[in-house]
Amino acid sequence: MWAFLLLLSGSFLMFAPFVWTLSTSLKAHQNVFELPPKWIPNPITWDNYREVWDQSPLLYGFMNSSIIVVVVLTVGLLVSAMSAYAFGKFEFPFKGPLFLGLLGTMMIPYSVVMIPQYIGFSRLNWVDTLLPLIVPGLFGNIVTVFFLRQYLQSALPNELIEAAKIDGCGFFRIFWTIGMPIMKPAIAAQAALGFMGIWNDFLGPLIYLHTPEKQTIQVLIASMQSMYVSQSNYPMIMAAAVIAMVPVIAVFFFCQRYFIESLAISGIKG
Amino acid sequence: MLTTPKWVGLQNYVKLASDEKVWKSIFNTVYLLIGVPLGMFFALILAVMMNRRIKGISIMRTIYYLPVISPIIAVSLLWQWILNKDFGLLNSWLWEWFGIAGPNWLGDPKWVKPSLILIGLWGGVGGTMVLYLAGLQSVPTTYYEAAEIDGAGAWQKFWRITVPLLTPIHFYVIVMGVIGTFQSFSQIYVLAVNGGPEYSGATVVYYIFQTAFDYFNMGYASSLAWVLGIIIFVVTLLQFRLSSKWVYQE
Repeated sequence: MWAFLLLLSGSFLMFAPFVWTLSTSLKAHQNVFELPPKWIPNPITWDNYREVWDQSPLLYGFMNSSIIVVVVLTVGLLVSAMSAYAFGKFEFPFKGPLFLGLLGTMMIPYSVVMIPQYIGFSRLNWVDTLLPLIVPGLFGNIVTVFFLRQYLQSALPNELIEAAKIDGCGFFRIFWTIGMPIMKPAIAAQAALGFMGIWNDFLGPLIYLHTPEKQTIQVLIASMQSMYVSQSNYPMIMAAAVIAMVPVIAVFFFCQRYFIESLAISGIKG
Repeated sequence: MLTTPKWVGLQNYVKLASDEKVWKSIFNTVYLLIGVPLGMFFALILAVMMNRRIKGISIMRTIYYLPVISPIIAVSLLWQWILNKDFGLLNSWLWEWFGIAGPNWLGDPKWVKPSLILIGLWGGVGGTMVLYLAGLQSVPTTYYEAAEIDGAGAWQKFWRITVPLLTPIHFYVIVMGVIGTFQSFSQIYVLAVNGGPEYSGATVVYYIFQTAFDYFNMGYASSLAWVLGIIIFVVTLLQFRLSSKWVYQE
């Protein structure tokens, strides 16, 4: 029983910052400095949201973030699935070393490749476009490949592939009508993780995108702090924070199962 | 913006060794590692308490997990407000309930790193907790039953069965936590503007970013990036080497 009470009070502490953010975002500027702090704003005002929306091209931010997420996830996951299928179910020369080499790239931190990559993309004149954030993602993701391959090995018996071959199924058709449907739950889990990672990504978009209309939602929100912190306009900053959080939290509630499952599975097998 | 590169040999690496900011940012990053064991401690306690069937547990699990999925930029902004010295929620609670005048969390060089660790705990504990929960569910109940017959108390069962059987998860959490901490950037960018007071909040990645994209000193930044990459590699390799000594394998 005491454990339950402890958990309950803990969850209040965990949740309080969210409520406090929402509450602040609905207050008028002069009301945030009241002591002791009030949880329920009086009067409630939506002006902060309107003003944040007018001040900053947030609609573009949402669009840019969505474009990156949709393109990278659809193409990238398909490519990852194909590569996982190939590494899991086919024999070809240098398969082992190739896969190990790919896994090795996981160990290289982004900050190490960030600078040469930036120089390369600036030679291509891709700076200040979404391309540096999209194109590398189209080639799939090694973590996803690894995860899907593990999944395939236990979920898709080789006999099934043999049987399909005997029935005259082609190379691609086996992948598409047998492999893909079997991988579906694993792909969904990876899509959930991928969405979170791409949507919340910051360092990449920060270095590549400079024009406000081309920036992602996270970069726009971050640049708001320099605008408003100096004026201590916390209601505006909190409104911006809420705007940035709502889509992720909404997606999370719809696909909660996949999030928690994927984390648990990747954790044990990782 | 980018000038033609010029061959300088190892000059950048020599310069690194006498650059005060390099040492400071490495020190700050290592300091932040304190958050890894702290996070494991709280996550394990939470997971053990949560590993039972009670109504409302799944709602609580969601609440603990919510900060994990929230965008780190938004989270950093909200903590900046909570940690505000005069009007922040935390300091007004400290004053109201304990009569303590809270510190200037993000404005005092001494308190920046503890603040960052606190925020990291809030933001990460739910993720680690879910990992431990998954691990706990795979511990066979027969072990506990056998221990009970032998007269083991709750404390002994926890230390002798739960903790050792979860070592693969401890290992995963430590490895990922150390790598993640070495790469922390986004929260620093928001919470320790320009590295914070006396550069007390700047991590190595932050210094690399500043060198490369504020001062456009790409060569120097790259050499620091290499140093960071090697540190991460060596530390991870060491952990794998040492793991056979303490990680339980079935």
